[in-house]
Amino acid sequence: MSGLGAALSKELMLQWRSRAQWLAVFAFGAAALLLFSFAVGPNYELLRGNAPGFLWLGLLLSSTLTLSESFQAEMEHRAIEGLLLLPTAPHVLYYGKALANFTQLTLLGVGLVPLMVVLFDAPLPRPFALFGVIALGAAGLSAPGTLYAAMTFQARARQTLLPLLLFPLVVPVLIAAVKATSLLLLGDPMDQARPWALILLCFAALHWSLCGVLFGRVIED
Amino acid sequence: MASPTIDASPAVETVALSRRYGPRWALAQLDVRFERGRAAMIVGRNGSGKSTLLRLVATAIRPDHGTLRVLGIDAARDRDRVRQDVALLSHASYLYDALSALENLQVAARFLGRDASRATLLPLLAEVALAERADDPVSTFSAGMRKRLSLARTLLQNATVVLLDEPYGELDPPGFRMVDRLFALLRGRSATILMATHLLDRGAALCDDGIVLEEGRLQWAGAAKDLPNEGGLDPASLPEPRA
Repeated sequence: MSGLGAALSKELMLQWRSRAQWLAVFAFGAAALLLFSFAVGPNYELLRGNAPGFLWLGLLLSSTLTLSESFQAEMEHRAIEGLLLLPTAPHVLYYGKALANFTQLTLLGVGLVPLMVVLFDAPLPRPFALFGVIALGAAGLSAPGTLYAAMTFQARARQTLLPLLLFPLVVPVLIAAVKATSLLLLGDPMDQARPWALILLCFAALHWSLCGVLFGRVIED
Repeated sequence: MASPTIDASPAVETVALSRRYGPRWALAQLDVRFERGRAAMIVGRNGSGKSTLLRLVATAIRPDHGTLRVLGIDAARDRDRVRQDVALLSHASYLYDALSALENLQVAARFLGRDASRATLLPLLAEVALAERADDPVSTFSAGMRKRLSLARTLLQNATVVLLDEPYGELDPPGFRMVDRLFALLRGRSATILMATHLLDRGAALCDDGIVLEEGRLQWAGAAKDLPNEGGLDPASLPEPRA
């Protein structure tokens, strides 16, 4: 088995064992969407117009829980140090964890879509295109998110520190994902969703390549 | 006909090796040499620098000053090559609580590119008397059982240089005998063994050489059987630790 295969299988095994945590994150995202709908009130026009923004805010807030917890198992008995000494290249560990986080965030985003439809009366004319945008947005969140989670996982205030570092960086992801989702849900006569999706793709490609290189410097002494 | 070349470089050689944590030097100007294929015990009080030395040799941490060569390789410059030949049994278990004993070994075996099948790894768990608990999560294990599993993980690496940091810690008397047996197994593989321990008589019986560290400095070096009483750590014979 290749190093990346070993890293990914380890991550998936750990995630499967902590699936209760995954359900808690989903419940958190669902609660966030519910609170947004209460905050706006029974104005369907307003709810429908804001649905894409609420979906992505729910996913962004939930992602900090997923990302910060992704290094918990590595920290307990310095397991990540044990893997590095086997030896394992740091970028292999990074991509294994980032792929696992990407999978989890994509599933979370897809799982929140039916709730968005029900709570915000949002139309869903192009569901597969929307799932593609969710995957691109999740890729944009998980690449820097995994790196920053590694930077903060030894800090006592990591739950606070991670969003403080991550949120400013992923503003372009949030803007592009909300724009693309709005166009897909509410109509896209000028075919403008594609350029926004392209921005998401570029952001993800840049961070997936850059963060893999930087990861070793972050976790090695 | 070309004659086989024998690499005469020592297993571990340090020159002025130093490492600090904040303002405090954990290891200071250490010059020491461990020959290949021999077993050496590292003795010293708590905080004398034993674990720091082993972690430096394992390349878990970098030196702040001095040079460290492992099997002739500069450990600061070529960490990956050193790591291929070195295994560390650390104070930290390097285990995942959520996974079973067998799964923990499977994770390590996959990263090492070895056969990770149950049939291959169960005998290794049997070596450390954990075969019956192979499928139990590590979170249900006692500290001694975790130590046993960490030992199995260390053996799995099949390394040329094996670093054992307090291998007897947390173990029961049968566990002590198990470590002795594994120690002999490693010696049979011609591995170089560096063992930090407070069990002086046991260590002296198993090892060829010994060093004593005090406040990060080399206090004594020689044959393990000649180790001074109390490992040179008779409180009356040593200066008071610095405040």
